[in-house]
Amino acid sequence: MTRHKTPLLDELEKGNWPSFVSDMKQEAEAREKTDVDLQTPKECVEDLLGLLELTYVDKVVHWKHGGIVGVFGYGGGVIGRYCDQPEEFPGVRDFHTMRVNQPSSKFYSSEYLRQICELWERRGSGLTNMHGSTGDIILLGTTTPQLEEVFWELTHNLDQDLGGSGSNLRTPSCCIGKARCEFACYDTQAICTAFTMEYQDELHRPAFPYKFKFKFDGCPNGCVAAIARADMSIIGTWRDDIRIDQEAVKAYVGGEIKPNGGAHSGRDWGGFDIQKEVIDLCPTECMSWDGKKLGIYNKECNRCMHCINVMPRALRIGEDTGASILFGAKAPILEGAQMSTLTVPFMKIEEPYEELKDLVEKVWDYWSEEGKNRERLGELIQREGFQKFLEVCELDADPRMIQEPRSNPYIFWKEEDVPGGWDRDINEYRKKHQK
Amino acid sequence: MGYDPSDPLKDRITDIGPKDYKEFLPNVIKENYGKWLYHEILEPGVLMHVSETGGKVYTVRVGGCRLMSVTHIREICEIADKHCDGYMRFTTRNNVEFMVDDEAKLKPLMEDLEGREFSAGSKKFPRGGTGAGLTNIVHTQGWIHCHTPAIDASGVVKCVMDELFDDYQDMRFPAQVRISLACCLNMCGAVHCSDIAILGIHRMPPMLDHENLDNMCEIPLAIAACPTGAIKPAKVDGKKSVAVKNERCMFCGNCYTMCPSMPLADEVGSGVALLVGGKISNRISEPKFSKVVVPFIPNEPPRWPSTVDAIKKILNAYVDDAKKYERIGDWAERIGWERFFDKTGLPFSEHLIDDYRFAYTTWRQSTQFKF
Repeated sequence: MTRHKTPLLDELEKGNWPSFVSDMKQEAEAREKTDVDLQTPKECVEDLLGLLELTYVDKVVHWKHGGIVGVFGYGGGVIGRYCDQPEEFPGVRDFHTMRVNQPSSKFYSSEYLRQICELWERRGSGLTNMHGSTGDIILLGTTTPQLEEVFWELTHNLDQDLGGSGSNLRTPSCCIGKARCEFACYDTQAICTAFTMEYQDELHRPAFPYKFKFKFDGCPNGCVAAIARADMSIIGTWRDDIRIDQEAVKAYVGGEIKPNGGAHSGRDWGGFDIQKEVIDLCPTECMSWDGKKLGIYNKECNRCMHCINVMPRALRIGEDTGASILFGAKAPILEGAQMSTLTVPFMKIEEPYEELKDLVEKVWDYWSEEGKNRERLGELIQREGFQKFLEVCELDADPRMIQEPRSNPYIFWKEEDVPGGWDRDINEYRKKHQK
Repeated sequence: MGYDPSDPLKDRITDIGPKDYKEFLPNVIKENYGKWLYHEILEPGVLMHVSETGGKVYTVRVGGCRLMSVTHIREICEIADKHCDGYMRFTTRNNVEFMVDDEAKLKPLMEDLEGREFSAGSKKFPRGGTGAGLTNIVHTQGWIHCHTPAIDASGVVKCVMDELFDDYQDMRFPAQVRISLACCLNMCGAVHCSDIAILGIHRMPPMLDHENLDNMCEIPLAIAACPTGAIKPAKVDGKKSVAVKNERCMFCGNCYTMCPSMPLADEVGSGVALLVGGKISNRISEPKFSKVVVPFIPNEPPRWPSTVDAIKKILNAYVDDAKKYERIGDWAERIGWERFFDKTGLPFSEHLIDDYRFAYTTWRQSTQFKF
């Protein structure tokens, strides 16, 4: 570490939380010492530290705007990046990002990750993001000539493809699901992989008005944030009864089992009070406790998960499981933040997922036809109305889709809504009604 | 054998997708896939999941940086090989999870993780991030690699997590707290439904590089990018360019995304806004958006003291006052936002009153307020 002094960044080596600066420094040192035949500038990590130090002084970023690079035949997966001080920091002159499509719910073998490390040490900066916001493994920083080399090695040696960027289908992501969660209402990992494979063309070749995200949450707890972050949110639910183990309920009440899986053990909240902590907090007031037996009037339950979260050993999700399908979430740019709107209250989610794929394709056809450049699906639905969206999806209106009925009476009636249509004769009218 | 630049299409492989997740599942996960009965948090950062087969998996969750070197990943692999049959997992919030199938394997794993530190002293694998506590901050790229950021990301996260380190390793909060950071309004990591969101914003309209604008930008796209219609075509010194009606600018930066000749970022103009009270879960209350409660804090590298301080104020008031199971947003709604500003000590200003698309829905149309 001799190329650049980094007194400001050194302040970020203090404190208990893992220091990314310390980690970068250890990588810089490893590059200095390595006998690997590095295909990228040896000093790139040191220069990145130097560039970041300069940014900490200037408080304005030192990366140029964009940069159009990629691998042949793909319109996404690579983000071009050029430093605006290349003379001082030649190691990061061109420093492009590659997005690598993560496996469903991010389990790995050390064997696989070591292959990624070996590739990226030699042909990249040795720096990554585990993971990017959408879920991909981010390989952070390489030179233009290395892009094709990395892609070749990924596809040939690691059996691994890139993820999405730009106006593509973005890399789908899912929660941990049935792999290690008792709340999973469908197999999020399986469908996430199946959809990623089905829509490879959409993922790699930009043909949409803007980005499109699928996110698969196994239950209404929403660990992968589908309702806030996905144009199409698939959120697990069930339509029969919550399964109750009355003995286990008594064990919770008797203090034998820690409520909420022990999640509140850092503070003394007093003994578990089922009335106060479960019955009274139920948003639909559909539960009762008479001192011996827990009652749930399932017809009125809206499956918020609270009681199940509090007493996971006593209560289980129902057995007739599937998912609710919602559309249109996005961050604020441009028309303001939106969450997804409930469109299909319940659908079974089973291979080969034909019903869901049909719906996806109807929605894509509509959005591709009607969406403006850089208009997210949620904005299009706002612009043209939810009624139009239902028509596109070939769905009937259902009170479950709304928070409340409209309060203004300005209904856009269609001609076919009125018996006999809209054709009238003003002369006939005048026969009965004088001017 | 490898890529041949003179014949790029030779033996090309495309559209093969990700690795099959099934290859990466440890045995205990494979055997109990879809059979899990319940779970318990044994202590902060340690989970036990029990299957109907009687199988159990013990998970140790540790914090990690989103920015991670291959040297560090190799260390994670080494730990996984030593204790976990070579498997590990990453969470959506940049945590790393090590899993073992026997309680006896837990202690050696935890001790091994605990002993590892970076050379300057920070922990490599702090255990925690579970239950009613603070978990890791998800964030965007920031100054390290983004081209439109208003603030840094990794550095701000480091400072906030250092200050709240004990709460990562504890579960004393009324409910879980999710902090997220996006370094500009594009929010490539959408933070708009977080308990606390740290957001990079600008306060100065774009500068106009008239000399180069017509060469570097599609002028109609730049004009169309503006949500308030503040950008118009203009001729400056005989060159095609644009003019910006500054008083209409809402500093979203969408023009710069479309046109490199309209940079907004500035040493004084750019900084941090804080939003609170969002959530994603449907638990008890519906998912909700985060609301802006601090309109601007200057960028203060390297340790961002004012940002850290404001977050601590919010958390302290919440921890003191909220009921068990109440998320920050539920708490603020119960006590009322006027009380939120009282209790946190954060100043209220006109900047916090909405004046965009759905503004009216956020104003008070009742006499039900608190003095």
